Amino acid sequence: MDFPKHLKYTREHEWALIEGDEVTVGITEYAAEKLGDVVYVDLPEEGDSLDAGGTFGAVESVKAVSDLYSPITGTVKEINKSLADSPEVINEDPYVEAWMVKITVDDPDELEDLMTAEAYAAYIAESSEEGSDEEE
Amino acid sequence: MSDKKTPLNATHRKAGARMVSFAGWDMPVQYAGVIQEHKAVREKAGLFDVSHMGEIWVTGPNAAAVCQHLITNDVGLLQEDGQIIYSAVCQPDGGTVDDVLLHRISPTEYLFVVNAANIDKDFAFFCEHAPQGAELTNRSDDWGQLALQGPLSQQILQPLVDVALDDIAYYTFKPATMAGIRGLLARTGYTGEDGFELYVPADRVVELWNKVMEAGAPQGLEPIGLGARDTLRLEAGYSLYGHELSATITPLEANLGWVTKLDGDDFVGRDALRKQKEAGIPRQIVGFRFTGRGVPRDGYPVWKGDEQLGVVTSGTMSPMLQTGIGLALVKRGSLQDGDALDVEIRGKRFPAVVQRPPFVPSNVRRKPRKA
Repeated sequence: MDFPKHLKYTREHEWALIEGDEVTVGITEYAAEKLGDVVYVDLPEEGDSLDAGGTFGAVESVKAVSDLYSPITGTVKEINKSLADSPEVINEDPYVEAWMVKITVDDPDELEDLMTAEAYAAYIAESSEEGSDEEE
Repeated sequence: MSDKKTPLNATHRKAGARMVSFAGWDMPVQYAGVIQEHKAVREKAGLFDVSHMGEIWVTGPNAAAVCQHLITNDVGLLQEDGQIIYSAVCQPDGGTVDDVLLHRISPTEYLFVVNAANIDKDFAFFCEHAPQGAELTNRSDDWGQLALQGPLSQQILQPLVDVALDDIAYYTFKPATMAGIRGLLARTGYTGEDGFELYVPADRVVELWNKVMEAGAPQGLEPIGLGARDTLRLEAGYSLYGHELSATITPLEANLGWVTKLDGDDFVGRDALRKQKEAGIPRQIVGFRFTGRGVPRDGYPVWKGDEQLGVVTSGTMSPMLQTGIGLALVKRGSLQDGDALDVEIRGKRFPAVVQRPPFVPSNVRRKPRKA
């Protein structure tokens, strides 16, 4: 599984591309694969304020809903409107085409808390060993 | 407690299935992906391991009367060996214990097929409420079950079996030898497609799975997990115990009045159900379809204007319609076919219209082929 080195990662399986005071956010290949076929994505409005660790939307597969968590405090500058019509790109190209939001960051120091690709890969390996999924 | 495994557990893992815990069982939720599997069943054929389902036998001179006391439907509808009825099983207060299939093997031998989550509860309930004159045996661990569903099911299965499948009408079964394995072959299913459910001894179910997959794979047969099993049954509008039916939902509320024969012989729960019918059935299950985006899910509130009418009991994105569909338990009479309603998702309202299921046309073979 691919975890690009130029990205940072959250424990909730979002990736963040940091470019100055702008951060682009999506979900990782691991998260997309865990979810299965993505059929719907619920994104915030441009101009919405986000808190680090707060939810900013949801991504849904046929079977499950998964909240999206903001890696950073800031303001939504842009959302990927094309995902509404083609949510399947979240499975097909999670790191490029399936970016979700661009956030203007309030405090760049918060970005220090995010994981590197190596740390995220280790985190995944660890959590995959714990128990199986639950079905209703 | 660790989950139970069907005999096919290793087969599923080897095939790359994603496994989940379901009703105390370690089961495949998907192989290639829910949408692909769903379409395979609608367009070609799919094979399901449903060995977790329960098989409870009722045998003895009084078997028919014993079964009648335990279920809401009329056992007298089983006029010949090889016929099957669908029914609810009710508590004395009218709440639902389970929904089941009852097979007449002979006038003195009947087979219940019950939901995996309810096997122990059902067997205890049957033993507690059964009148004298028949023996109840829970053979769930001794029997495996496969469901072969989809338009190509018959053409895939026919070369493997020693009975003419054209002679097996919807909701009937025959004893049969399937890929050399003796068992029961029923034309039933949970997908809204034509198809079969195959019952064989548990120690032969892997062999049967492999033979059917081998025969069907060149024709597009795919293994199907519980994920697609749920989306298929929901498009067909079928109830799922724990959602549309439960200990606190009666079959009358769940639109199963057609299998609840209040004027026939007595059964457990009949008096309570009669009273509910006389007093006015308070709730009903309705189907609905989203008119815009969004995916309804179990538990989401259903609104009409400012009034909350009930909650969603099952919802999904329909792989065939590519819109949200669902079933909801609402105040009876509050919604008619075509009425607008809203489903609340994460604090926002999503518009839908009431639509009587099935959401996609049913392709089950209802009428026996006339000779």
